[in-house]
Amino acid sequence: MNSGWEPNSLSILQSPITIYQSPYYMSSFLLELSYLFGSITFVIGLKKLSHPESARKGNLLAAAGMGLAILATILFHEHGGERIGNIGWIVAAMGIGTLIGWVMAMKVKMTGMPQMVSFFNGMGGACAAIISMVEYHSHPEGAAGYFLVVFLGLVIGSVSFSGSMIAYGKLDEKINDFSAKWLTVFNLLLLAVIIGILVVAVISPETFGPSVLWVLLVLSLLYGVLFVMPIGGADMPVVISLLNSLTGMAAAFGGFLYDNQIMLTGGILVGSAGTILTVLMCKAMNRSLLNVIIGSFGGGGGSSSAAAGDQTVKEVNLTDAAILCSYAGKVCIVPGYGLAVAQAQHICHDLEKQLEAKGVEVYYAIHPVAGRMPGHMNVLLAEADVPYPKLIEMEDANGMMNSTDVAIIVGANDVVNPSAENDPGSPIYGMPVIQVWEAKNVIVMKRSMRAGYAGIENPLFFHAKTKMLFGDAKDTLQKLVGEVKMT
Amino acid sequence: MDALFNFFLENQDMIYIVILSIFLGIEVISHVPAILHTPLMSGANAIHGVVIIGAIIVMGHAKADDYLALTLGFLAVVLGTLNVVGGFVVTNRMLEMFNKKK
Repeated sequence: MNSGWEPNSLSILQSPITIYQSPYYMSSFLLELSYLFGSITFVIGLKKLSHPESARKGNLLAAAGMGLAILATILFHEHGGERIGNIGWIVAAMGIGTLIGWVMAMKVKMTGMPQMVSFFNGMGGACAAIISMVEYHSHPEGAAGYFLVVFLGLVIGSVSFSGSMIAYGKLDEKINDFSAKWLTVFNLLLLAVIIGILVVAVISPETFGPSVLWVLLVLSLLYGVLFVMPIGGADMPVVISLLNSLTGMAAAFGGFLYDNQIMLTGGILVGSAGTILTVLMCKAMNRSLLNVIIGSFGGGGGSSSAAAGDQTVKEVNLTDAAILCSYAGKVCIVPGYGLAVAQAQHICHDLEKQLEAKGVEVYYAIHPVAGRMPGHMNVLLAEADVPYPKLIEMEDANGMMNSTDVAIIVGANDVVNPSAENDPGSPIYGMPVIQVWEAKNVIVMKRSMRAGYAGIENPLFFHAKTKMLFGDAKDTLQKLVGEVKMT
Repeated sequence: MDALFNFFLENQDMIYIVILSIFLGIEVISHVPAILHTPLMSGANAIHGVVIIGAIIVMGHAKADDYLALTLGFLAVVLGTLNVVGGFVVTNRMLEMFNKKK
């Protein structure tokens, strides 16, 4: 051994002698090796998820790594000379969780994916919060660092849990938006109070005594509810992504608590990746994250010049719409969440096939935040067997728009709103949109003249090129397919 | 304050892992095309289900007469498993939709 060797610099080598003597030497080696392997599968899995061809393999790889890490924990984990006990109960609990999770995940419709992800995310948050609670209950004494980790895990896990549950309810249309000016102020105060209590509880644990745990729990749950409550539907994807990264962080605090590398790497990976994804989404809508969280839009909008109410809209009947499409050279379909709600993706694909049979070139223009999650439309259309190359991303679609004869807008609104480009007073000014008005004709399928999900007027409906086709998206598409067949 | 300094010194290697993982996460995600954002979010969602390992540790080291710890630990394992299994299955289902074309 050379003189530069410093035993304390590497924790694994910290006390080589005791480890060698420990009867758990072999098993802790296997445990750490499994964790290392698991961490690598997470990274490679995420990497593979970023390419369409390898995405599925990436997911399965990460799942395998997770399975290995779980198995290794049950078999090899030891703490203070004690192995994992209560194995019967652990296996039973995992059985219940697997059964419920599997059934829910298999039964959910593709349109319900966003709320499902939100629900599972909430479960992870709750799990992290409970870990902190039990840990504090079993070991109410410790250093400041210990309290910091326990309380942060509790607070972030609880916010993520209650926030995700509200997001789930809102996306599932069980809970309505609720927003008020005082709520924004109240939320900021509540957050300040939570942080204040947390700081005091970490620095001087005697101040509040053990009941501080329950106070933090209740306040955090409340904050999660109130912080998601006013956020408008258009911003929901951002919130889910944010909550996702929060749960990642909560998991990482668990890793700190148990000196557990895989919880740390897994949690932080998701935490940072989720944060970047959140920021990317905000960018796609040309808004800052702070703006999404604090100033939920909707309401106001009084300064917008497009609000003039008595402009006229032109309606078109089904037969004329069918003729227009059938004799077009190039048709662009712009799907939005209305398509998902109406479960109309399959009929949309039918329309595309009918038009192609007549020699019309059909493509789909996909806005990155169409639907309620980024990429949501791609998943839905893939479910309906729409071939990949037909899904054109926004920038490319905008380039093709002036050679397009008909743009059909199915249940989309804000993503085709020209105010985003030419009305500085509009709340979505600056958000990149699909420039459907560049096409020769625009047909808008819409249930009614109601404003979109973000509650903003859309001057596109009054545009000279625009014709409105009112009705339920599925119903209207079905009739349109029939008319096209007859044309 | 001293306590926090100690915490930093004692957990130095963990802090290194945190910092490096943050960069890794950013790097890995920044090349993802928009069409895969939903499956990716869902996949990441499944990965933070790794919190279940903490739940197993809690449950596994709970004293036989500590019913609060046992009950909460049991619940935590159920919820953690839900996150892991549900997350991976949902992601797989979404990706299946893409793959059947190939």
